Amino acid sequence: MSATTTEKRQVPVSIGELAGILFVAAFVLLPIYVTVVGGFKTIGELRTNPFGLPGSWSLSNFASIIGGGQFPVMLGNSLIVSTVTVALTVLLSSMAAFAMVHIRFFGRTHLAALFTVGLLFPVATAILPVFLTLRDINLLNSLWGVILPQVAFGLAFAILLFRSFFAELPKELIEAALMDRCGYLGIYWFIVMPLSLPIIATVGVFTFITSWNSYLLPLVTLSSESQYTWPLGMQQFQGAYSTDWPKLLALLTLTLAPAIGFFLLAQRYIIAGLTGGAVKG
Amino acid sequence: MTSTTIATANAEAGRVRLRINRTHLAAIVLLVPAVVLFGVFVVLPILQALRFSFYDWNGYGSPSKFVGIENYIKVVSQRHFGTALRNTTFIALVSLLVQLPLALWLALSLYRNTWFTAFLRTVFFLPYMLAEIAAGLMWNFMYDGNYGLAHSLADAIGVEPKFVLADPAWVMPAIAVVLVWKYFGFHMMIYIAALQGIPNDMVEAARLDGAKPWQIVRHIKIPLIRSALAVTAFFAITGSLQLFDLIVPLTNGGPNNASLTIVGFLYQFGVTRMRIGFGSAVSIVLFAICVVVSIIYQRAARIVEK
Repeated sequence: MSATTTEKRQVPVSIGELAGILFVAAFVLLPIYVTVVGGFKTIGELRTNPFGLPGSWSLSNFASIIGGGQFPVMLGNSLIVSTVTVALTVLLSSMAAFAMVHIRFFGRTHLAALFTVGLLFPVATAILPVFLTLRDINLLNSLWGVILPQVAFGLAFAILLFRSFFAELPKELIEAALMDRCGYLGIYWFIVMPLSLPIIATVGVFTFITSWNSYLLPLVTLSSESQYTWPLGMQQFQGAYSTDWPKLLALLTLTLAPAIGFFLLAQRYIIAGLTGGAVKG
Repeated sequence: MTSTTIATANAEAGRVRLRINRTHLAAIVLLVPAVVLFGVFVVLPILQALRFSFYDWNGYGSPSKFVGIENYIKVVSQRHFGTALRNTTFIALVSLLVQLPLALWLALSLYRNTWFTAFLRTVFFLPYMLAEIAAGLMWNFMYDGNYGLAHSLADAIGVEPKFVLADPAWVMPAIAVVLVWKYFGFHMMIYIAALQGIPNDMVEAARLDGAKPWQIVRHIKIPLIRSALAVTAFFAITGSLQLFDLIVPLTNGGPNNASLTIVGFLYQFGVTRMRIGFGSAVSIVLFAICVVVSIIYQRAARIVEK
């Protein structure tokens, strides 16, 4: 986006407006700031001085979390769940969207409509039957029991984004490939997918955030600590050490850091997703 | 000669048939994984929930005790379900009437690209990236009358610290603050994307015609981003309907179930007690609300498009 001179000539923000904006910025940053500095403090220091900088930047809270057995395991579980969820969601939704957009078959509009309807329903509406299904197919307390429903519930949104992207691809491209006797599977894999990297990134980033942060499904599915994901671990930690705020704040800081880093890296694709995935190139 | 023509014709026909079959085969290969997964974990469970909601069942064996609409009657007459509905409505209203206007105001102020606006947009979007559990825990600390902001504020003005999360009268407003904090940046980004799509000459032309800034906002910018407004209203309502994760680390539905939402109620009284029939009835009520909301949204969106 070019900041043209006309834009610069437009009325700048008034003082009152600027004050309001800065107030909101303070409102947003205060809890984050307090969390980050709080992790370095002792409990007594936290009580007398929650907002100032810590007297000494003690790393012991962080060290005990990173070194303590359970959190590395939970981090690993979350990474597995999120990565596999992203890979499966991207693969399955792009395959289905490609077929719906470029192959003529009976009932394709109905199928597309069915998936669109799926957008409207949160996983909570189906949580009990999902639990029973997982129990019946022996996937309770396994990471697959989190991954598969997550992928299923993520498909609707992902298919929508892929469909609008694929519809914009030039038809001649597909027709030319068909003339060259390239089958649809080949077209999908060798022609369409390499052209779709921006939308793959957008779908991937959104799926990753949703999966990484999700709580209800792992809560219902996973029962043993060795299978816990990061959010489950955090919540359980609060239950166990509700008064040890410094350690909890240190844990939260360790949660914040990668989220912020990830956002800064993936910002472009996140914003693309918010504008309806209408990014090209 | 004739026979070769026939042979060629046959070969052609065979190839055409083969082509059709291969096309269908490709469609099947591409669609089946998504359709199966969606069917098993989305469509089927919702249908099962509908069926289970008419049974009294603890999840073991097969559902055999048909009770008609008794579960629904129990749900509706449960006192806490009323609380949950009220809380969910309150959250939806705060989302619509506080969060969206705040997001719109900030978007109008920050949609032009300078390093400063880009920086602020990043700041405002940050909370959206955080896990609901993490955000809830951070605010649990802020609200802690012994340590956090609540403690310092009370200290500064010399009163006993208030534990807002333990006070039935204050708990929902306190949660609403966290909700606004967490999600306004998301809505703001949607507005900003829409505002940046407005052709600059339209705004410029209006300005040259002597329109005041607020008139430009009122008569040009807002009408032009109305589909973004509709989308965010939809997200705000559906988000409120499924609110759960954020409340668990703050109050876990307490004190005395005062901060239950619909999903919180479903979890507390359906899932943890394995009352499949009762819980399914709650699911179906939630499902029905979702359906009504989306029908209203589609009607509204169609009117807005015109």
